[in-house]
Amino acid sequence: MKKIVLVFLITIINSNVFAQNIPSVQIKDLNQKIVNTQELFDGESLTIVSFWATWCKPCIKELDAYNENMEEWTEETGVKLIAISVDNTRSMSRVAPFVNGRRWDNIQFYLDPNEDFKRAMNVVNIPHTILLDKDGKIIWQHNSYTEGDEYELYDVIKEKSN
Amino acid sequence: MRTFKALIGIILVILSINISQAQNNEGQIHGNFQIDAQVYRNDSAIGAEVPPSKMGLNSYANLTYTKGNFTAGLRYEGYMNALLGYDEEYNDIGVPYRFISYRNDELEITVGNFYEQFGSGLIFRSYEDKSLGYDNAMDGIKVKFNPYKGVYLKGFTGKQRKYFDLGPGIVRGVDGELFVNDIFEFLKESNSQIILGGSFVSKYQKDENPVYNLPENVGAFSGRFSITNGGLNLSAEYAYKYPDPHPDASDLYNYNTKYGDVILVNTSYSKKGLGIYLSAKRVDNMTFRSDRNATLNNLHINYIPSITKNHTYSLAAMYPYVTQSNGEIGFQGEIIYNFDKGTFIGGNYGTNVTINFSQVNSIKTTPTVTTDRYESDYLAIGDDVYYRDLNVKIYKKLTPEWKIDLNYLNLRFNNNVMRLILDDSGTSTFGTLDANIAIVDATYKFKPRHSLRMEVQGLFTDQDKGNWAMGLLEYTIAPKWFVAVSDQYNYGNEDDKLHYFNVAAGYKKKANRIQIGYGRQREGVVCIGGVCRNVPASSGFNISITSSF
Repeated sequence: MKKIVLVFLITIINSNVFAQNIPSVQIKDLNQKIVNTQELFDGESLTIVSFWATWCKPCIKELDAYNENMEEWTEETGVKLIAISVDNTRSMSRVAPFVNGRRWDNIQFYLDPNEDFKRAMNVVNIPHTILLDKDGKIIWQHNSYTEGDEYELYDVIKEKSN
Repeated sequence: MRTFKALIGIILVILSINISQAQNNEGQIHGNFQIDAQVYRNDSAIGAEVPPSKMGLNSYANLTYTKGNFTAGLRYEGYMNALLGYDEEYNDIGVPYRFISYRNDELEITVGNFYEQFGSGLIFRSYEDKSLGYDNAMDGIKVKFNPYKGVYLKGFTGKQRKYFDLGPGIVRGVDGELFVNDIFEFLKESNSQIILGGSFVSKYQKDENPVYNLPENVGAFSGRFSITNGGLNLSAEYAYKYPDPHPDASDLYNYNTKYGDVILVNTSYSKKGLGIYLSAKRVDNMTFRSDRNATLNNLHINYIPSITKNHTYSLAAMYPYVTQSNGEIGFQGEIIYNFDKGTFIGGNYGTNVTINFSQVNSIKTTPTVTTDRYESDYLAIGDDVYYRDLNVKIYKKLTPEWKIDLNYLNLRFNNNVMRLILDDSGTSTFGTLDANIAIVDATYKFKPRHSLRMEVQGLFTDQDKGNWAMGLLEYTIAPKWFVAVSDQYNYGNEDDKLHYFNVAAGYKKKANRIQIGYGRQREGVVCIGGVCRNVPASSGFNISITSSF
């Protein structure tokens, strides 16, 4: 029995702690159709995943800032932005009119009403932004938002896309 | 025997190599830490007391191990002692959450703890919210099955978490969701998308009541649909709960044998620059817990969403809506419009305007002499206004340096029903409150990474503690530093014109964040430096650390 435990331990210790491929979780698109999170990644470009909610003011500022810059960033580096709303059923139906009303045209939106994906990605508070490489591995993440944080993200995107 | 063990060992090693080669997926460990602590200070002016332990500390650590199709996870929780505002029953240390889960293309099986929601959650939602101290995690077995494209089935059975223990009742349920366009060939190219769903949930709890003969099994079912065509969406859910007699403070609901039901309808239309949203809800006798004697926020099986806007500016969040699962009827409407840049109102950068209105009333009930205790009328709206909220928001970027966010709210809040502000004997201290609230939130960017945010808020009312004013200054140096000072001043309170002064500073780097603060906290949602969290009324020094890895 000890040996079996030992083998398990060695297997765990040998595993790479720094690489994480995207966990498989069911979320919904804005039409409420179920989508598996692994389908969001095309394996070709860097992806920003940003957790937010319609009631979270700093999240809205953050997405405003990203939306303003996204066209330029995508053209330069091919990066795309996926925003995951953790609005629960209280405000989930507000998300589509909200993002269209805000003219956030450069962002793909999904719903995570019971925070399954948020939990799977080990997010504590929103806003929380994660940058993933083309294999879906986390290469950078950032908690909360203050005015000007987007410059840091842009620097990382430029560095990692080369 | 020894050879046998060695053989198993070798097989396991080979297996693990094979799995990682076949899937190119090495095992990984990830997780997060969260520590919130406060050292309390006596502050009799605001009624803040020092608990016997002098300080409170809530700590959490999540750890997830993933390898191939296999996931295992656990959460450590330590409350030494729980922060004020959290139930004292949390004062413990342990691992109340752990699970193992296996998944392939069609099937996912989880044993141990899990969270789940059926539809809108009207008959089942298991979730956690650390800032509320809410956690009704299930402990049991959950299966998700996706036999064909567009067909999603779920089933579970288990008990619910109550602090560091489990509730006495067993809860089980099944849910199915069909994406109709995937199932029927002729609908594949249709412009309309249709989703249908249905669920059944039941609970079992032994009847040990000496007086009443209570049902030991209580079921609930629900049906839902969602239709989308272009920018138009209509979705609705109806849920029905069989009679579930339980104690209640109100006579009409105390051990009544009436069924419960709820209907929730949401519709929205949106296109670039315009969003319209309408929502309506009617709730009747829908309290549903896995222990019929549970109180507070314990052991809820279902979730009835509020139908009002969730405000987070401090003074706007002072009188929030509390869902009345015994009965309420309400609606909400919202319009968001973006005046494009270059237009008269839009100016150089565009102007965004949101108008939102919601009202919630009592349902119309007639007492009866039966064990049902009352009848309710579906088509009538009750006379009592529980809550009404008209709010307008204008957001505008004025120049490259200046951004401004203007908010106005007109609120009506019925404290006799919401019961948020009570005296020592548990009596509501005022009836209906009318308030006007104005908020200016402006940000000035000195340099690309240096900015100053200013908030000025005013709440004007003749009831409760009268008028409030609030000011906040927050200086941030992206991406690492922030410092903030704020004061809430209850200048309209004839008895005691109190200041709630607060200073805070924070440092963050990547997914690590540390924040310290000193001052008085009024109960409510606090957002500083980019993160929102509920904070209970208190005075003293606080520190908060979070990290994800």
